[in-house]
Amino acid sequence: MNFPQSYQYTKSHEWVLFLADGTAKIGLTDYAQDQLGDLVFVNLPMVEDPVTAGEAFGDVESVKAVADVLSPVTGKVCQINEALLDAPESINSDPYGAWFIQVEEIEEKEELLDAFAYEAYLRTLED
Amino acid sequence: MGSYLSNTDAQQRQMLQEAGYRDWDHLFEEVPAQVRLDRPLDLPAGGSELEVRRQVEAMAAKNRVFPHIFRGAGAYNHYIPSIVRQVTSKEEFVTAYTPYQAEISQGNLQAIFEYQTMICELTGMDAANASVYDGACAAAEAVFMCRDRRRGRVLVSGAVNPQTLETIRTYCHGRDTAVEVVPAKEGATDLETLAGMLDNQVACLVYQQPNYFGVIEDAAALTAAVHGAGGKAIASCNPISLGLMETPAQAGADIAVGEGQPLGMPLSFGGPYLGFMACTQEMMRKLPGRIVGQTTDSQGKRGFVLTLQAREQHIRREKASSNICSNEALCALTASVYLSAMGPRGLAQAATLCCSKAHYLQQALAAAGLEPVYAGEFFHEFVTRCPVEPEKLLAHLEAAGYLGGLPLADGSLLWCATELNTKEEMDALAALVKEVLC
Amino acid sequence: MELIFEQSVAGRGCSLLPDCDVPQVAPSKLRTAPPRLPEVSENDISRHYTRLAAATHGVNNGCYPLGSCTMKYNPKLNDELAALPGFTGVHPLQPEHTAQGCLEVLYKAQQVFCEITGMDAMTFQPAAGAHGEFTGLLLIKAYHESRGDTARKKILVPDSAHGTNPASATMAGFEVVNLPSGPDGLVDLEKLRAAAGPDTAGLMLTNPNTVGLFDPQILEITQIVHDAGGLCYYDGANLNAVMGVARPGDMGFDVVHLNLHKTFSTPHGGGGPGSGPAGCKAFLAPFLPGQTVEEGPEGYRWHQPEQSIGRVRAFHGNFLVVVKALAYVLSLGPEGILAASRGAVLNANYLRKKLSGVYKMAFDRTCMHEFVMTLEPEKADVHVTAMDVAKALLDYGIHPPTMYFPLIVHEALMVEPTETESKESLDELLHAFLEIHQRALADPEDIRSCPHTTQVLRLDEVTAARHPVVHYQWPQA
Repeated sequence: MNFPQSYQYTKSHEWVLFLADGTAKIGLTDYAQDQLGDLVFVNLPMVEDPVTAGEAFGDVESVKAVADVLSPVTGKVCQINEALLDAPESINSDPYGAWFIQVEEIEEKEELLDAFAYEAYLRTLED
Repeated sequence: MGSYLSNTDAQQRQMLQEAGYRDWDHLFEEVPAQVRLDRPLDLPAGGSELEVRRQVEAMAAKNRVFPHIFRGAGAYNHYIPSIVRQVTSKEEFVTAYTPYQAEISQGNLQAIFEYQTMICELTGMDAANASVYDGACAAAEAVFMCRDRRRGRVLVSGAVNPQTLETIRTYCHGRDTAVEVVPAKEGATDLETLAGMLDNQVACLVYQQPNYFGVIEDAAALTAAVHGAGGKAIASCNPISLGLMETPAQAGADIAVGEGQPLGMPLSFGGPYLGFMACTQEMMRKLPGRIVGQTTDSQGKRGFVLTLQAREQHIRREKASSNICSNEALCALTASVYLSAMGPRGLAQAATLCCSKAHYLQQALAAAGLEPVYAGEFFHEFVTRCPVEPEKLLAHLEAAGYLGGLPLADGSLLWCATELNTKEEMDALAALVKEVLC
Repeated sequence: MELIFEQSVAGRGCSLLPDCDVPQVAPSKLRTAPPRLPEVSENDISRHYTRLAAATHGVNNGCYPLGSCTMKYNPKLNDELAALPGFTGVHPLQPEHTAQGCLEVLYKAQQVFCEITGMDAMTFQPAAGAHGEFTGLLLIKAYHESRGDTARKKILVPDSAHGTNPASATMAGFEVVNLPSGPDGLVDLEKLRAAAGPDTAGLMLTNPNTVGLFDPQILEITQIVHDAGGLCYYDGANLNAVMGVARPGDMGFDVVHLNLHKTFSTPHGGGGPGSGPAGCKAFLAPFLPGQTVEEGPEGYRWHQPEQSIGRVRAFHGNFLVVVKALAYVLSLGPEGILAASRGAVLNANYLRKKLSGVYKMAFDRTCMHEFVMTLEPEKADVHVTAMDVAKALLDYGIHPPTMYFPLIVHEALMVEPTETESKESLDELLHAFLEIHQRALADPEDIRSCPHTTQVLRLDEVTAARHPVVHYQWPQA
């Protein structure tokens, strides 16, 4: 499993990538997609919707399950990745390319882990 | 006492023993004494098949089945081809559950897929579900496909069937949503008033085509108006009329719903009927209830499955947009067989007959003294004035075996004619009306 | 199998309607193209649907132990009676004096189903169980509103509940509070006490619950909710276990719904039409939807409840389904109804006992009409799941049990044989289950690839959901 160093992670298995312009992209980790299995659809918020750190902003569907996706930050949605609506399989095949939303006006952050800490956290889950 | 148990008393005793129970009380020991019923249920004594047949036949005999029906208002008397009853009585279709196990339910699943295709064809829409309870519920469910956090206002034309309006109100009250009625003018939705009611909070407009008064709405103008405000248009349509008439898709509707009863289901005192729902590609994942999709099996063979299930209550639970589980599957099958028997030409013929007969009836009744109330174009229903007490007129018709038009609150009558009504019958009806009015 | 559209031949059709005997009139706004309905002969239709029927497993085909669905035998008498022209030919808006037979059916149905459930009033408007739940919850909402008790916004639902329960509560405008079940699969009284309060509108409960256990603390449970000012809703999905034994009304419930297409043997029709009447205690009767039937000096007549929640559908419900259910009760009578529940519970416990040495029971104690097994040990040992065992049953001509429900049991298979299965049929089912278990240990890969003999093999549900094809794709011209 792959956890790029440039990303930060949450204990609820989202990644966040902070960009130079002060915005952030958010997606699901490799671990999350592996646990959820073949994903078939995503429900995304609308541009300009507020998101709150630790609260759900959308969800992902597999054939027989649905799981919330939580926002690691508080802010406002400035872009959504509409390509995911037509190709949800990219979350399984390319979890770090398949961003869900881009957030601006970021105010608050969840407790974020770096790749090393996230991998260590995952090892505790296995026990 | 009738019984459908297979096991004999001796078998039951043996099974009790093998399962480790002394007697029935021991088997039910988990039910505490305080809630045990200490007497037999107070029900009529059970009967043999013949006795029950006689009892229920006696009830049926107390109904008046009118040989001549000129009443619609949401339930329509149409010809049902013989093949429809035969096919829909097949035990496999009658006794199966929802097709959760696709490998042994391909027949049922394919039948639903074919039904969805036919509903898409009738309405011109991109996707249809496997049905909901009835046309009124279909309209109410459609409203919740449109409402969201940003748009909460629900507009319903005052020319939709009042039972549909009431059902929408009940569903909306559940979610604390108000329903605003767009008044009708001259028997059709008043476009001018509608224009004044539209804003960026409007989720949707529900209109009926042809509407409750039988009048054909300017559907394209209605959808254009609501789209202009960013809302969705929900068309509640009569499926027989779609054999000929402009489709909801042509008129620009986002969702088409309706009562499918005219497609091969008898009047049956109001049910079981069939709520059909179809929508644009864009809204497909908002459809409530079951949807069948095409796929392939592990050897590449075509097959069908229940799909998009993650929308539904058994997965999404309190976050599901609808609670629907059982629908009206056998009624959907009925509609499919009906539409297969009719074919495109048969359905167009039925629509032409309905429209033609209703126009003949309107003229015959006008000549007998019942003037039409609205000037607008109509399909197979229309409203007339009634210069006498409606009950008096209807009683006279009833005595001759005619179920006349439905009396409306303002003293007018709502009439309906279908392909089942003959010229002789309509002439006789007009003569009966004349007897009362003279 | 060919789709009916693939059998269409331009110009083919059936001759059904006569020529027009009045001047022809057509609407001015026409559709641009005719609908692409199939052009087929009556013979084509007959054979097509005969093929489809042969590819559909019904109760008539074999054992159908689908938990929570009560797939009992559907008596043919009831279908015939519902098809009587004296019922099917009645317009729902006929004057009541011309529909006395229909009103009598509804009146008698009100009486018998109130007696069976211990309720005082009932509506037959709801078309299915979930519709009945929605109706019942609106009664609860209307009751609190009528008292100005507007703070009651929460409905308590055990985590073992059917998915319709929380979904219905949301539709009725309530917030759902999930109650975690205790380790015994029953309501945890302490957690219930903690959750019930001045914001509680009510509790929804199935008893016996979804793991097939009768909750013996039921009187305490309903008392706790009542003491907090809430009402108690009984999900009648599992009533088949306790008819004539115990009544929801005597357990402290204020509202119930029934599934006539489960408990009262009206067939499921491949997913409907059902009927989900909602019953209530007298204090809630003024809120019922639609109209109820009462007996007057000149016969039966409609009664409009004074503070009605409105109507939940058009007309009077799935009337013909009510005819079937009433005929069923008239056949069985009080003794037959009790015998049905006893038979259902006996058949379930017989199977449970005989399977429990081989399969792990989620709760190994006396069950009611159904029980839940868990395939967790087999999954851990040989990677054979509940799904695999279910699919293996298909090759035996048996409809599998409900899979992966309730959610509180992992790798669940929920088995409900019903009372109409014979001992011989149960023994066949036992044989299949036991043989599959042996095969799973000996050759797990073989079980994982089941079924082998069905018309299609396991289907690709992922592609179906990712790229949905929900209607026939006509070949490009």
